[in-house]
Amino acid sequence: MVDVQFRFRSDDAVNDPAVTVDSIGEQSNATAVRIEPGDDARELLPYLDRLALVEVNFPSWTDGRGYSSARILREAGYTGELRAVGDVVIDMLRHLQRCGFDAFAPEKALNEADAKAAFERWENVYQATAIDGRQAIWAKRHPAA
Amino acid sequence: MKILTGNDLKTGAVIWWTGVGWSLNVNDSTDVGEHGAAIIAREEGAQNVFAAYVVDGVKTDEGVRPSHIKERIRALGPTVRPDLTLKPSDPEAVNWVI
Amino acid sequence: MYKYDEYDQQMVDTRVAEFRDQVRRRIAGDLTEDQFKPLRLQNGLYLQLHAYMLRVAVPYGTLNSTQMTLLGDIADKYDRGYGHFTTRQNIQYNWIKLEDTPDILAELATVEMHAIQTSGNCIRNISSDQFAGAAEDEILDPRPYAELLRQWSSFHPEFLVLPRKFKIAVIASETDRAAMRLHDIGIKMVKNDAGEIGAQFYAGGGMGRTPMIAPLIREFVPIHQLITYAEACLRVYNRYGRRDNKYKARIKILVHELGRDEYVRQVEEEFAHLLTQPIEPPLAELERIKAHFVDPAFDAAASDELDLTDPDFRLWVERNTTPHKQPGYIIATVSLKPVGGIPGDATADQIRLMAKLAKDHSFDELRVTHAQNIVFPHVRKSDLYTVWKALDEAGLGTANLDTVGDIIACPGLDYCSLANARSIPVAQKISERFGSARKQAEIGELKLKISGCINACGHHHAGHIGILGVDKKGLENYQLLFGGSEGADTSLARIIGPGFTEDGVVDAIEKATQVYLANKQGEERFLDTYRRIGMEPFKEAIYG
Repeated sequence: MVDVQFRFRSDDAVNDPAVTVDSIGEQSNATAVRIEPGDDARELLPYLDRLALVEVNFPSWTDGRGYSSARILREAGYTGELRAVGDVVIDMLRHLQRCGFDAFAPEKALNEADAKAAFERWENVYQATAIDGRQAIWAKRHPAA
Repeated sequence: MKILTGNDLKTGAVIWWTGVGWSLNVNDSTDVGEHGAAIIAREEGAQNVFAAYVVDGVKTDEGVRPSHIKERIRALGPTVRPDLTLKPSDPEAVNWVI
Repeated sequence: MYKYDEYDQQMVDTRVAEFRDQVRRRIAGDLTEDQFKPLRLQNGLYLQLHAYMLRVAVPYGTLNSTQMTLLGDIADKYDRGYGHFTTRQNIQYNWIKLEDTPDILAELATVEMHAIQTSGNCIRNISSDQFAGAAEDEILDPRPYAELLRQWSSFHPEFLVLPRKFKIAVIASETDRAAMRLHDIGIKMVKNDAGEIGAQFYAGGGMGRTPMIAPLIREFVPIHQLITYAEACLRVYNRYGRRDNKYKARIKILVHELGRDEYVRQVEEEFAHLLTQPIEPPLAELERIKAHFVDPAFDAAASDELDLTDPDFRLWVERNTTPHKQPGYIIATVSLKPVGGIPGDATADQIRLMAKLAKDHSFDELRVTHAQNIVFPHVRKSDLYTVWKALDEAGLGTANLDTVGDIIACPGLDYCSLANARSIPVAQKISERFGSARKQAEIGELKLKISGCINACGHHHAGHIGILGVDKKGLENYQLLFGGSEGADTSLARIIGPGFTEDGVVDAIEKATQVYLANKQGEERFLDTYRRIGMEPFKEAIYG
């Protein structure tokens, strides 16, 4: 099992075995699930209440479907751990975080200093993702709006 | 013959494998035979080159001539800007490409 | 023109720092080329046939003289004294060093420029009408909407690794000068019957190996939902666009395979959901941006007269100028297609000269066109002769806009590592064959576009005459296509028959123009005659 290298949550780590999206319906006691790039994250929406961990797998970091999966879950109110696993690269950490990921388990551990710099890099953002709690630049420009 | 080309990491310049190092001039190319992949792995690993690959070439009286037009243009420079090629003062250089 | 505030400046500066760090890690060996490549591409840095190539964004094609001057200076300082203006309103440098790139980006940032997302599988530079804010026929100025979209698409966290590149064009006039329906998303700003502003969306257009004209997907997106709707379009694409085959990964394939109606249904569903999320900037933000695009201080008393006694000037005015919405002013297009020249190339000195002329005579503004030319959008008519004189002395006075000499050509095999054949020498030979102004005037409007491979960067599908370079057993060969067009009457060109050698294709085009002149009725353009009489008479003359 690959270790979680970065985690931005104060609750206890969840290490339940993750089931597939296909089987979450029949596995009625499962609290962890793993989304593959081709899975439809919306199939999980009926089960969000019992999920404590959703892993989103990135077999290759250049396949960006997991970014949409993450946002969809957060937009639907999922508050459990959302963990990026697989080919997780330094330069995308901040963007993953903005889409709702709060835990990162890269296949190969990342350089700590470079990763720290990446997490802190973007002080301001142009978009409101509505889920990372950050104000978009347009909101700062128009505080009254 | 099989020759090896790639680019210099910091400058991007097109370079050719001479047997002991890398040259800007295609005529310095050596025949790598079946060893292309091994040389690429070693030289890319040492960051002496990147995006390297093996191409076919022919040894002629004038020097080494890559078999495909793309590699000949790569070796010489843009045919529409002779002044920026490896042979800026040779009006015939462009014909070597075709 | 848009002016950065502290936030915009900080975003660009942050990107420079990020890229500097990425280059450091690459040179230190912490990043392999495979890992680095997608990162450098998102900063416009390619590896081409001879060297690294850097593509700098000119958002919606608008720039000022300070920016243009720096583009010239960068060509001198970091490249080999010239730059290449592209069909997506950008500029490319062909001889860039990796180790210099962070410094180049830092210099660009000092004049509010960048290379962000000019390549890679992300939302690219937003293109627009080169006559925006000056055209007589515009409904409104499309650039504030393009700027709003620029900010939304810059570092959008969900859409940085799409299935494939994504190109958006925004127009706001009846005449489409931006090939809007040949983009992944084409947006036409419109007014409804109640006079409200909205956006008409087209999706799934593109050139490449499977050219498609984008179908209309929504008649009217209310302006206060523009970003949300765009986000819905992108999310459906990001989730369902094909990733199994790079050549089938563009949104046009998704729209085609799903069918327009099913794609629309999915977008509408996502849109309804996203409307519940607080992601749309307030209208106040659009108003803030709009305030940057007010008309310059035109002189209402400016004379509307032009002295056309100099016959060469007269020819240039007839060919290269367009009416302006403001009496006393005119839009002038500088052709970067001198006879025998390299389409779209300009020397550092020429770039700086155009900057100076724009500063003195065009309210400090220039535009880059998708036909690889430069525009002075607001020239006072009484200044036009002075402007033309200066251009002409610098080799920039060619009077050939939209004629057979005004060729769009990709860099081709002379520079590009993807190309199969050279494009530029063909363009040079054609422009020399039809070099005389009299010959060009006789043939009139003829849009000729050349690509050196099926990726179609030279827009050959959209040429009245298109040329496609292919590799035929190691030799360059050129296929000829007729009948393409961009704009209001968008159509895709069709291959007429077997290919030609470089000289053969030039001869074939000459024969085609003869068929046109022999069959032309009234004011018909080449395209009109072709559409009326069909391909046969042309085939007969060329292959007969």
